[in-house]
Amino acid sequence: MIPKKRTILLAFYFGLLLLPIYWMLNMSLRTNADILSVLTLYPTDPTLVNYIKIFTDASWYSGYINSMIYVAMNTTISLTVALPAAYAFSRYRFVGDKQIFFWLLTNRMAPAAVFLLPFFQLYSTLGLIDTHIAVALAHCLFNVPLAVWILEGFMSGIPREIDETAFIDGYSLPRFFITVFIPLIRAGVGVTAFFCFMFSWVELLFARTLTVTNAKPIGAIMTRTISATGLDWGLMAAAGVLTIVPGALVIWFVRNHMAKGFALGRV
Amino acid sequence: MSEIRSDKHTPEKPETLLLRNIDKVVGRDVHLENINLEFESSAINVVLGRTLSGKTSLLRILAGLDRPTRGTIEINGKDVTGVSVRKRSVAMVYQQFINYPSLSIYENIASPLKIAGFKKAEIDRHVRKTAEMLHIDDLLDRLPTELSGGQQQRTAIARALVKDAELLLLDEPLVNLDYKLREELRLELQEIFRQHKSIVVYTTTEPSEALMLEGNIVLIDQGCVIQSGPTRKVYHNPAALKAAEIFSDPPINYIDATVQAGTACLGQDIEFPLPPHMSSLLSGEYIFGVRSSHLFLLRTGESDLEMHAKVELSEINGSETFIHVDCGYCQMVVQEDGVRSARIGAEIKVYVSPSCFFVYNKEGNLVASPSNGVVQPMPG
Repeated sequence: MIPKKRTILLAFYFGLLLLPIYWMLNMSLRTNADILSVLTLYPTDPTLVNYIKIFTDASWYSGYINSMIYVAMNTTISLTVALPAAYAFSRYRFVGDKQIFFWLLTNRMAPAAVFLLPFFQLYSTLGLIDTHIAVALAHCLFNVPLAVWILEGFMSGIPREIDETAFIDGYSLPRFFITVFIPLIRAGVGVTAFFCFMFSWVELLFARTLTVTNAKPIGAIMTRTISATGLDWGLMAAAGVLTIVPGALVIWFVRNHMAKGFALGRV
Repeated sequence: MSEIRSDKHTPEKPETLLLRNIDKVVGRDVHLENINLEFESSAINVVLGRTLSGKTSLLRILAGLDRPTRGTIEINGKDVTGVSVRKRSVAMVYQQFINYPSLSIYENIASPLKIAGFKKAEIDRHVRKTAEMLHIDDLLDRLPTELSGGQQQRTAIARALVKDAELLLLDEPLVNLDYKLREELRLELQEIFRQHKSIVVYTTTEPSEALMLEGNIVLIDQGCVIQSGPTRKVYHNPAALKAAEIFSDPPINYIDATVQAGTACLGQDIEFPLPPHMSSLLSGEYIFGVRSSHLFLLRTGESDLEMHAKVELSEINGSETFIHVDCGYCQMVVQEDGVRSARIGAEIKVYVSPSCFFVYNKEGNLVASPSNGVVQPMPG
């Protein structure tokens, strides 16, 4: 059977997309000398030396641990704050509700750099610099609005009568919310967590500025591969590959609901 | 379930629910206006009205989901107007099939009991008994989405019944079901309501449904109560043109008439002596109302009036045919059993017995009705 024209085109496009990632993987399995000497399409003499270095050197793997800690903190905080907020926006009418709802989103419209100096100064005063919570809180500025918007969309898709039935049955609001409502919007919670994770995981500006050593993210540590003696290509590629892995895993879990998330739950 | 209620109420005393001067205004829309009603537990209370007439608003206020703008609600003489829905003893079935999608049928039915803090064994007994009553006892392990619409609604009804609330509200529970299921469930509900001692309020848009459920009826239109009372009595004596319109499907037909010295005139050419129930009418202008089921295409009796009419439209509704006709001085809908075909534009004769006329004065109030003892056959 001759493949359709569309299939060929898509395969070509897919190949283009994967090319840089493949090249990084290719480099990560070679030594610097090998990388710089000849151009090969695949590692002729594959080595795990770069990966071993990352996993054994505390100054390297602590970067991953730091990133994971503040990403997890941020995702937890964002969801904990956004779930009740989104419920309020979805179910109640109050003075200025629409304005506040829109204002939330405008937080994402300003470039992150605008907020950088105030954050730095505030955290210096409070002694929060170089802590995980500092980065997690700073990322909330962007993630909470997004989470509220996505969750509100998912929640508004649940008929209000379910809430009322639960209240008639005698559920208290918190009990209904946790035992009935959240299971109903599981997909939405998953997608929201994914978006929070993704933003926080790849964000570099805040993460680098607000940390020194103790909470330094992997993105900042990777800059160490550039030194006076030159660039450590293999190590940087290996670090890059490892950075992609958590994101790819999370995407796998929410792959069926992502489109709805991009549409802020309004599909 | 009787032991649950015995500690709450004395079963002999019928429960009453009283609405006083209830208004509900949302923004500039008046949803309900000056509602004064009394519901009792001794019979099912049907609220009949068209869509957007305020039925659901009324139920929501009864449930405590909405607060009335003005007025008070009393249950057994106790003011419950501001009491939150969680603290009331109420159960509600919605028009849409509302269940907890993430819980199994068993857990759905059990949920109100669980919240109320019943013991496990007791919950199990109540759930199984109620499920059996609604014929969903073999579906208890499934999720609501795996069931048909009828079964989903049965689950919702089971959940409403199992907690044995003082007040059971059903908001057009059968409207989203197909004809066959509706008939089936309606019969079962009738039986269930009979055994149930709570105050049942049931809304519907269909006069035939109201008639089948019997009990008491409230006719509601544009947020106002038009008439209330025992269903049969109201059916045979709709106090106003509006009431007759709501309580007839298709809506009642109007014929302008003039009464003079013992005879009545319809249009130009029909004149007939007043039948017994109209004999005391004074001379003047009236509006005669006649239900479609009392119009025939064939003569049924000696005293029948013969009206010449032109067919405008003929529609088949189930096993009945509605023929819309124009008589020149009035428009009518004739309801005929069976599937008939009538050519549009055809000249036909419509027969009606004057003894079936409701008589309204020009203000639209009932002056004379044919019943008062005579129970007419009801439409399907």
